[in-house]
Amino acid sequence: MKIEARILFVMFVFGAVIATIYWFTSYEDGGTVMLAAVSLLGLLPGSYYFWWSRRMQPRPEDLPDANPEDSPAIIGAFPSSSIWPFILGVGAAFVAIALVFGVWTAVFGGTLIVAAVIGVIIESRRGGAY
Amino acid sequence: MTAGAQPDSPDASAPSVAEAPSPRTALWRRRLAMPFLLLGGAVVLAGCNAPSFGAFRGATVQGHDTFKLWSGMMIAGLVVAAIVWGLIFWAVFRYRRRDETIPRQFHSNVLLEIIYTGLPVIIVGTIFYFTVLTENNVDALAKRPAEIVHVTAYRWGWRFNYYSGSNQTQNVLIATKGQPQALALPATSSVYPQLVLPDHSTVEIYLTSVDVVHEFWVPAFDFGRYAQPGHPNTWDFTTTTTGTFRGQCAEYCGLYHAEMLFTVKVEPKATFQRWLAHQQSAQAHSGALS
Amino acid sequence: MTVLAERPSGFAHPEAEHGPTGLLKWLTSTDHKVIGKSYTITSIAFFLAAGIMAMLIRIQLAGPDSTVVSQHTYNELFTMHGSLMLYLFAGPFAFGGIANYIIPLQVGAPDMAFPRLNALSYWLYLSGGLTMIGGFLTVGGAADFGWVAYAPLSDAVNSPGAGPDMWIVALVLTGFSAIFTGVNLVATIFYLRAPGLTMFRLPIFTWNMLVTAILILVAFPVLTAALVMLWCDRHLGAHIYTVSGGGVPVLWQNLFWFFGHPEVYILALPYFGMVTEVLAVFSRKPVFGYRGMIFATITIGALSTAVWAHHMFTTGTVLLPFFSLMSYLIAVPTGIKFFNWIGTMWRGSLQFTSSMLFAVGFLIVFLFGGVTGVLLASPPVDFYVHDTYFVIAHFHEVLFGSAVFGGFAGLYYWYPKMTGRMLREGLGKASFWLMFIGFWVTYLPQYLLGLRGMPRRIAVYSASTGWAGLNLISTVGAFILFAAAAFTVLNLWVSWRVPEVAPANPWDGHTLEWAAASPPVHHNFTWLPPVRSERPVWDFNHPEHTTQMHPPSEGEVTRAERVLASGHPDAGKETQR
Repeated sequence: MKIEARILFVMFVFGAVIATIYWFTSYEDGGTVMLAAVSLLGLLPGSYYFWWSRRMQPRPEDLPDANPEDSPAIIGAFPSSSIWPFILGVGAAFVAIALVFGVWTAVFGGTLIVAAVIGVIIESRRGGAY
Repeated sequence: MTAGAQPDSPDASAPSVAEAPSPRTALWRRRLAMPFLLLGGAVVLAGCNAPSFGAFRGATVQGHDTFKLWSGMMIAGLVVAAIVWGLIFWAVFRYRRRDETIPRQFHSNVLLEIIYTGLPVIIVGTIFYFTVLTENNVDALAKRPAEIVHVTAYRWGWRFNYYSGSNQTQNVLIATKGQPQALALPATSSVYPQLVLPDHSTVEIYLTSVDVVHEFWVPAFDFGRYAQPGHPNTWDFTTTTTGTFRGQCAEYCGLYHAEMLFTVKVEPKATFQRWLAHQQSAQAHSGALS
Repeated sequence: MTVLAERPSGFAHPEAEHGPTGLLKWLTSTDHKVIGKSYTITSIAFFLAAGIMAMLIRIQLAGPDSTVVSQHTYNELFTMHGSLMLYLFAGPFAFGGIANYIIPLQVGAPDMAFPRLNALSYWLYLSGGLTMIGGFLTVGGAADFGWVAYAPLSDAVNSPGAGPDMWIVALVLTGFSAIFTGVNLVATIFYLRAPGLTMFRLPIFTWNMLVTAILILVAFPVLTAALVMLWCDRHLGAHIYTVSGGGVPVLWQNLFWFFGHPEVYILALPYFGMVTEVLAVFSRKPVFGYRGMIFATITIGALSTAVWAHHMFTTGTVLLPFFSLMSYLIAVPTGIKFFNWIGTMWRGSLQFTSSMLFAVGFLIVFLFGGVTGVLLASPPVDFYVHDTYFVIAHFHEVLFGSAVFGGFAGLYYWYPKMTGRMLREGLGKASFWLMFIGFWVTYLPQYLLGLRGMPRRIAVYSASTGWAGLNLISTVGAFILFAAAAFTVLNLWVSWRVPEVAPANPWDGHTLEWAAASPPVHHNFTWLPPVRSERPVWDFNHPEHTTQMHPPSEGEVTRAERVLASGHPDAGKETQR
């Protein structure tokens, strides 16, 4: 976990340094804002990983001499098939098309999205995955 | 005149034997330059006889500066590329699989890695130094240009207005519109809007656009600049060669982008002044002032 | 439907895949292998469509005063060629296709971290792609403002119609698809690695995909935001990019290139990773300078966020020395990579399969594109050749070099793993040599054309320009390139019609994906070797030739011997647990 945090902190530091240099050499606001955003994109998840890395034991994947049998037997729930991503994707596409051809496709698309969201929640619960 | 804009001043720093003050100094300079030959110092050596690699040599002082930078960087680039290609081809031919023995499994060499990290940094630093020098020459603005021309780009043509001397406005308007058949004409035909300039003079261009982004580009001057709505650009160049040069919009601007041509005609000063006077009177008669 | 995935050591019986088959399987599967294959096939289809557009462009430009297509059609063609190649082929082929399939295998995971999100990502990509192509069916035709859509050319006045709008929403859709894939890749690499597979043992391809995924998260939201603002300008009269309402046209360029430059590294880094894997495996050596390689990747990724305005030198609005220096600096990590690639081959035992040929071809062609890239990072030189065929030649050399040479190296390398079938070496080599020759014939004349004054994106030129000869050569080269790509497509077709079964580890691979079957079973692994270096499968198969820190234990050697004797990886399984 520590290395993951460090990678993101590198991004944070780099973004902060470059944003500062850029601001004081150009006084251009658009680019500075975007560089600062890059910096924050490193800081926020980086802090999360760092916070956790101090509160948990190293995972088997963090230990150089761990063996396959050292991992917990169950590592997560992985659905193998679900129709809902497809429905959601089609719904999103129809909503997007509405931006071109007017609202009527958004109604259809929105219905599909709502159906997909409900569907995927029910599916997750029934699967007992989480 | 801008600093360094004199035709001969950029060459003065070049360690060529002919221009050096004494043979001994020249020799010393050349020796000093030797290690840089492979590292991008070739930029310095690139003078008038520098290989062009297909580029225009620049019909303005600034353009020629750019050309020298181009030539030097190209030499440096090709030297580096040749070395790396050489290593690749050597590895490919020398280490082909000949039998099934497994080669020694080495995977790093710290010294070597430091060297080939450091070397590119030096090369890049050298190139950056020469780039900044050239860039400052090209971008420098003369205090008192001989001629100021307002260039307006529009879809799909150009308008050139002359402001010479002490703020006296002379509107000389030459324009065409996108006409497919016009393309059949020679690229330097006077049918295209023509920017007429005096030779050996510093001309300031004030460039703007009334609709979308265009680019004022004269390949023979080794220079181009965007014409943007809302953000005019100003620069100058010093002509060195008479002749007629092709110009074209380089930034894609819509349907007839391919036909947004113009020409630049550089004339001796006297001819230019006559032309300007003639334009003025012609326009005064026709009432074309706008 | 949902199954609890367990670590391979717990897989007493590799479960058979339950669930729908046929079309319904394609629609509903959340398996990264199915989605990865869908992505690969779809992106290759877009590649061919964009390639046909490129051929039309080249045919139009083959001679002066050409009227093969109208200027309007030509403008649509180059816009869609660029958009399809960059947004729908080069990126998705790498991070949606190959990486989607290979990354979970390389880190020893049963699937991507968020399988349903992964499926959604594919559907957004497909619908976005179809929307973009659908622009051709609208009354005004497809978008015709170039793949960069510079404002104010892309506003409602200068580019009216539904085609441009469809282009905009298509990019919003594919942008979200890319962001979801990026999130998925980061989560998979951070959370689903096999025991012992520390970050500094990850294969270089995985590392490059991690940096790519982070870059996606940096870049694509900016594009999406810029597009939403463009849409507001077009439909709500927002005047963000128009002068008349107090807007700033150049803002679009800033936003677009803040996306666009990381984007070109999003398109390059995955292929750097593929080439690294291929070179190491076919040289039978570990990657030379493994940590240097990772350092170089991270450096390229970081620097790529600070170079966007080198596309805007001629606007006269940007800080030239800053962006010029940052752009030059990218040459340093790229140089490190080059020397590491050569070091990987050095004193190796190089086997020239099609995959290896494409990888070496990548090195040769990318180098020249890189050198001309350094030239373009110099503002004065850029003033001269900006927006000319010199730039066209440069970025085709780097993008074609990475996405096609590098991508085909990866495709030939992983195809046996993805399908369980071998590709034909003869057809692959024919494809390579044609491509290598066609590449130079196509692009070298374009450099000269740019220097001699040919701007990009022009539909016609007059005979008096003297460009006809070089253009004709370039067109001939384009036909050779098309034939080269056709040979690879033929190769795919042959392997589909007349399968040649691939073993689990045909290339004597190094990394974990070669420990799985070809193609891997549902949830990927039935066993995993112990991970003691960045080459677990190699260490396992060649215990006496490892570079690992600790020598293998006696049990591991016995297990390796048993596996090698029986020729089946499952033989090593009993000693686990």
